[in-house]
Amino acid sequence: MATYNTSEFRSGLKLMIDGEPCAIVENEFVKPGKGQAFNRVKLRYLKTGRVIDRTYKSGESVEAADVMETEMQYLYNDGTHWHFMDPESYEQLSADEAAVGDSHKWLKEQDTCLVTLWNGEPISIVPPNFVNLTITETDPGVRGDTSGGGGKPATLETGAVVRVPLFIDEGEVIRVDTRTGEYVSRAKD
Amino acid sequence: MPADKDTAAWQPGASLQMLQRRAQLLTDIRQFFSERQFLEVETPVLAHSTSTEVHMHSFATYHGAQQLFLQTSPEFHMKRLLAAGCGPVYQVSRVFRRDERGRHHNPEFTMLEWYQPGFDHHQLMDQVQELLLSIGLDEAGFSKFRRVSYAELFAQYTGIDPHRDDIEVLRERATALGIQLEHADQLQDRDDWLNLILSHQVEPQLDAQEICFVYDYPASQASLARVRPGQPEVAERFEVYVGGIELANGFHELADAHEQRRRMQRDQQQRQQLGLDAHTPDPLLLAALEAGLPDCAGVALGLERVLMALTGAQTIDEVMAFSFTRA
Repeated sequence: MATYNTSEFRSGLKLMIDGEPCAIVENEFVKPGKGQAFNRVKLRYLKTGRVIDRTYKSGESVEAADVMETEMQYLYNDGTHWHFMDPESYEQLSADEAAVGDSHKWLKEQDTCLVTLWNGEPISIVPPNFVNLTITETDPGVRGDTSGGGGKPATLETGAVVRVPLFIDEGEVIRVDTRTGEYVSRAKD
Repeated sequence: MPADKDTAAWQPGASLQMLQRRAQLLTDIRQFFSERQFLEVETPVLAHSTSTEVHMHSFATYHGAQQLFLQTSPEFHMKRLLAAGCGPVYQVSRVFRRDERGRHHNPEFTMLEWYQPGFDHHQLMDQVQELLLSIGLDEAGFSKFRRVSYAELFAQYTGIDPHRDDIEVLRERATALGIQLEHADQLQDRDDWLNLILSHQVEPQLDAQEICFVYDYPASQASLARVRPGQPEVAERFEVYVGGIELANGFHELADAHEQRRRMQRDQQQRQQLGLDAHTPDPLLLAALEAGLPDCAGVALGLERVLMALTGAQTIDEVMAFSFTRA
């Protein structure tokens, strides 16, 4: 079992906490006066994103989580699972709803995503920061209105709903920031 | 360390301006002590003995077959000078503490340590305050001073009686205060729990603009300070916090050689139980105490943290030319 000593703690390090893989968000070494030293750590559960506080006696060792991040191409959804492929080895794997979470609404076939693997199994999927998606449904465009004020909801091919300017029409391809879920621009070919 | 990957690692971590500020601070400190007729001394960094403190880890090395230690503080040598009649004495020296590394910690750092014969810990707190004002901490935004006993401090921020509450009470309070300690059942020393609560619950609540003197520690944390009998008995020890960051530790110095030997032997036993190297009590310090240490108070102050407070630096790496990562 691989372990990390508290002296190796740094942000980004992956640990097993109560049987779940976590990443260190923040690590602070505290040592009052002539007393026992502690490492005060903020940890993020990789599966749920929840952040917790933990303190360790300095010098203790904690089990390492076998976590790897890798870029993979999104292939398709079979109704229950999302399938990804390693672009170099062509190896495929599938991720369930728990791993994909809210990211599903930005997944477009052939896009490259960041897949986090724990013991070889995907536990989280991060889509590209920007994706180009086709509008499948929105109110008719208002030509000449480039004020950008207000806007209207538009449903995208993946099912996501974003606010777009009034001049945008159904069938158009738009660029969306997946981190904020906001319209950026019309997609340029 | 990533030194070989980081092409900028040869460069100092501190700006030139910071190094100039550091040099100015040293000049100000020497001026302060010179005006008060203190003797500046230099004592060994490498010595045959070292601290027996349970939570202090020394770097060890060898000279032939002889084991030697980098000093964690110049205290033992300075007390030998005091016993030899040196009078008021100060030193700016490099000290070394293994396994201490963080935003406020570097394994090697600079300590200002001084001793004033005839003073108790309260008089020395006055002198520390004078020094902090003379080097400009008030101009750096720390204008409020406060004196509070360890018991009052815990009562104010945690509701704990640090002299009387037993370990179970401390454990319960720590949990109630939201402190999530891993392997809490393995922390079996009452003082460890007090330190856990102090670092997690008390220090973060201290005023960011305040210089806070905390005095009269539990007798079990006396270290090299005198214990004053009473209900409860307390150690005549103090710590100085600047904006919640610990800056200095001072004692009304223990002069009783027998009591000092007893405490060091107790440390030794505890270290053995914890599987640590059981350092032998320094026979030369004990001999000096037997010869007679004048009644005095002494304090050690971390110079890098003073510089951090003066400049608003957020990490110790910003105030050292080459901190651990770049050393």
